[in-house]
Amino acid sequence: MIVVDQLTKYYRVANKQPGFKGTLKHFFDRKTYDVPAVTDISFKISPGEVVGFLGANGAGKTTLLKMMCGLIHPSTGLVDVGGFSPQRRQTAFLKEITLVMGQKQQLIWDLPPMDSLYVNAAVYGLSDHEAKVRINELADMLELGEELTRPVRKLSLGQRMKSEILAALLHKPSVLFLDEPTLGLDVNAQARVRSFLSEYNKRTGATILLTSHYMADITALCPRVICIHKGNLFYDGDLDSLANSLSPSREVKVELKNPCSIDQFKKYGEIQDLNDRFVCLLVSRGKLTEVVSNLLTDFDILDLEISDPPIDQLIGELFMKGEVN
Amino acid sequence: MNRYFKTIRLFWSTAFASQLEYQLNFLIELLAMLGTLLGSVFILSLFYTEGRQLGDWSWESALVIQGVYTFLDGLTNALLRPNLTEIVNYVREGTLDYVLLKPIDSQFWLSVKKFSFAGLPEIILGLSIVFWAAIQSGSSFSIYSLSLFIISLLIGFVILYSVWFLIAASSIWFVKTWNATEVLRALLAAGRYPISAYPVTLRFIFTLVLPVAFLTTFPAEAILGELKITILFFGLMLCGLFFFLSRFFWKFALKHYTSASS
Repeated sequence: MIVVDQLTKYYRVANKQPGFKGTLKHFFDRKTYDVPAVTDISFKISPGEVVGFLGANGAGKTTLLKMMCGLIHPSTGLVDVGGFSPQRRQTAFLKEITLVMGQKQQLIWDLPPMDSLYVNAAVYGLSDHEAKVRINELADMLELGEELTRPVRKLSLGQRMKSEILAALLHKPSVLFLDEPTLGLDVNAQARVRSFLSEYNKRTGATILLTSHYMADITALCPRVICIHKGNLFYDGDLDSLANSLSPSREVKVELKNPCSIDQFKKYGEIQDLNDRFVCLLVSRGKLTEVVSNLLTDFDILDLEISDPPIDQLIGELFMKGEVN
Repeated sequence: MNRYFKTIRLFWSTAFASQLEYQLNFLIELLAMLGTLLGSVFILSLFYTEGRQLGDWSWESALVIQGVYTFLDGLTNALLRPNLTEIVNYVREGTLDYVLLKPIDSQFWLSVKKFSFAGLPEIILGLSIVFWAAIQSGSSFSIYSLSLFIISLLIGFVILYSVWFLIAASSIWFVKTWNATEVLRALLAAGRYPISAYPVTLRFIFTLVLPVAFLTTFPAEAILGELKITILFFGLMLCGLFFFLSRFFWKFALKHYTSASS
């Protein structure tokens, strides 16, 4: 469905020195140089897949997404989306895709979403009847009702985002590019958008490509993730093995009946935290069962909890280090 | 083609609805427009001094030019200004992305998305002045002179649109080009008077370099039955050239579009 091969994009940027002198220099003699935004990235995505793009701010996620939907011309390399070359933006291609940007809106601000929806329907060549059926169907899935006939400026951010999504899906696209679709939404609204996307994917078999800063979006929706750091791809695979490769250990939290000293735990694993009767250990996956059974026999234990270190914390550390194990 | 007509209809009906959304603002806009109209009628009345000549134009014929100017100014306010000054915002805010991903010509979308109904009275007044003044100056209308008039008006409008669009399209690189569009309005204002009223050098510049003459003087000559058919052909070629240049330039500009950051 989507093939990205050795894709590279350079941006031409100009630096401005501070102060009046810098301003003059910037105006008359602008020095520009090329900055790589995305370097030599290759991957393939099959129809119906939901793929999450992870990366810090400025990592190149949005650039990559915009090259795949045809907004930005690649410097070198190849993109193929459903047999089309996106940058040519042929009508048949544009009818197959859609883009939702969490921080930019396409709905007309002063009018109810319904007006914008019918404009979109006309642009995509849908008849009024088709548009009506489609709007009703999607409004049901998104739990939108009379919000559609209220001016957009009077809607809450969550209602607005859902209306934006409705507008973006009116023409039944088979590839969805979502650039932080849950940005700024509260937890409930995020969850609703997530469950809608997951249902939409199941019902229509659409391919979904998603960037998000909220790890919960990725864990809930994307079995597969592609991590980008400073324009380079450094992980492409399923989310679970990303967690494994990022952290070969698991977290074991123990609540003891009696306080113990730090030395007693050293042999079991790396001590993360020890506080009176609470101990938190990092134990490598291979030794987990052995360590847990030893702990249970050696100490009087009230409670024991085993978990993966939080994935966003792992990924945060990863971006700080800038490399994968 | 049908799709484009339906789209325009919906564009303009939503534009109308958006303007009505703020009732007070709409009233103020109407008042401001009335003020402009009164202003231009007043200027016209000043022109009405018996027996004077402007270039080789009688006052009545010069009035036709005023009418054409008023008409074009109305069209500018209704269509060109609301749409073409908005292109800069599309680029700056990155919402151009949405336009580019619609299966419709992006230049079409950006050029006709909005329609300001406050420009309509000026359009009607302009046309009324043209016909009234043409009758006053003793011209007899024929289907021939009327069709020449409509064609030459179209030529003028397309040239104005194309030059304006060219400048607006450069915002892909320069992002802000508001100053440049002000220059264009001054150019149109220069067309208030017959080209032959200007000194020879300006006359040359206004005809060949900056096609001001095509905006107002030539349509006026057409309705007065004085337009040379060769000029019409030249105008057709020129406006075709400008229009294709604007399309070519837009396609070229889009190749350099980098989209706003998120």
